[in-house]
Amino acid sequence: MPAPLLVPAALGVAFLVLPLIGLLVRAPWSAIGPALARPEVGEALRLSVVSASLATVLSLLLGVPLAWVLARSRVRGRSVLRALVTVPLVLPPVVGGVALFLVLGRQGIVGSWLDDAFGITIPFTTTAVVIAETFVAMPFLVVSVEGALRAADARFEDVAATLGADRWATFRRVTLPMVAPGVVAGAVLCWARALGEFGATITFAGNFPGTTQTMPLAVYLALQRDPEAAIVLSLVLLAVSLATLLLLRDRWLGRAAA
Amino acid sequence: MSRRAAGLVAGPVAGLVAVALLALSGCGTVGDAPPGGAERGPSEPGDPGLTGTLTVLAAASLTDVFTGFEERLEGANPQLEVRLSFAGSSALATQVLQGAPADVLATADEAQMARVVEAGLASDPQVFAGNSLLLVVPPGNPGGIAVPSAEAEPPSLAEYLDDEAIVAVCAPEVPCGAAAATVLDAAGLSGAPDTYEDDVRAVLTKVQLGEVDAGLVYHSDVIAAGDGLDFYGFAESELAFNRYPVASLSGAANPDAARAFVDLVLSDEGQEALLRAGFILQTR
Repeated sequence: MPAPLLVPAALGVAFLVLPLIGLLVRAPWSAIGPALARPEVGEALRLSVVSASLATVLSLLLGVPLAWVLARSRVRGRSVLRALVTVPLVLPPVVGGVALFLVLGRQGIVGSWLDDAFGITIPFTTTAVVIAETFVAMPFLVVSVEGALRAADARFEDVAATLGADRWATFRRVTLPMVAPGVVAGAVLCWARALGEFGATITFAGNFPGTTQTMPLAVYLALQRDPEAAIVLSLVLLAVSLATLLLLRDRWLGRAAA
Repeated sequence: MSRRAAGLVAGPVAGLVAVALLALSGCGTVGDAPPGGAERGPSEPGDPGLTGTLTVLAAASLTDVFTGFEERLEGANPQLEVRLSFAGSSALATQVLQGAPADVLATADEAQMARVVEAGLASDPQVFAGNSLLLVVPPGNPGGIAVPSAEAEPPSLAEYLDDEAIVAVCAPEVPCGAAAATVLDAAGLSGAPDTYEDDVRAVLTKVQLGEVDAGLVYHSDVIAAGDGLDFYGFAESELAFNRYPVASLSGAANPDAARAFVDLVLSDEGQEALLRAGFILQTR
């Protein structure tokens, strides 16, 4: 292997992996058992996994069609649209949280109407957590799926059309199976981003144990007082996300490759 | 700031401020001493010869006042570069314990300073200000918080709040949250909070946006937030009075400048600036 590639690659691995090793080395292993037994940790973990999964489902329902529009349709101003929907990738999540307030908060454009008409207020609920996570994570799915759609050979879709399939049938029976690995990869990325989401969540959803306190919020607050506990919580989050990703990989990516 | 509400911040808080003001004017240095007068030789920030960089870590609630001190000290010492870093006190103490290079540390409570002193990284911290909690309500009082009539003694927090109200407080891990927990417990309202924010400014943001009915924040933060918010004193705030200590750090790279900064904070000029910013004086 050529050294100009190998050496920077090795440095890259060291750069990304050494902080994890640091966590493992400094981890107070004996404290992990008691930490896991604390009810609020289990609660935060359950809330994180559930809300990240719901955010991923929501992103799939909205993001895959959006990616298709960006990659396949002839809508005018597509490049502007693409730039707009990927804004959350560069927006500081805390600003995203404030922006969500301005729309969905009880004084917000849509939120005040929801409050008046139905008595529904979104902030400080688990719904708000899912919305904040979806806002931040969905662009990852959209970008990933759009890339897969662009790489896929559009001639298969043309052939399906000549054989009499309408565009919806073509999408379901030809396009979607073709880009399935891209969709799965995008969903995994989206889920991981949602699981680690902090800024938009603490801003828009607040922080309350059991309803809105996800693991990243618990970790950040633990860091204020007890860094050891924060390391333990981080390791738990890390273990759960690694386990989930490996499981998904075997189940989905393995099958797609077979 | 709402003047109407300011009248309600009565009782012990206002009393302390008044006492402090009297004590200050008793020294005869407020107003009639020219800035840079020679009355307090060692603490005079204009000592010639301060050079290099001075790094000050300070609690987020000190942002406005300490930025003023930075300008004052740099103005008097053109060769000196002051760098300020603001964060939650616990985060600052952790930074110092992790070896962050800094010369001066000012925290919002004595517990966080004690962590640094116990590790031998600072000695002889001096309390330079105090602060207590107020109840802040968004403009227009959207949650219909029961506001007591003016001129009364500050009533219990339980008079204002019930479990229906949407209330934001700081998380118990940070000093303003510990204070909030104390007053809520005393008022029998430990179930009232709907969100535990990561710092006091986050609580204020949610009040300013009108997304909560009320929040508990420091007196000085309400002053810094400016117009538009109504705020009220309450009886339990006495139970959670915060003292702000400052110390130069043992590892200071610029001990002379560190001493000058601490002296400025404790000087009449510094104390007056703190008082204007809504802090309660503690040094004399």
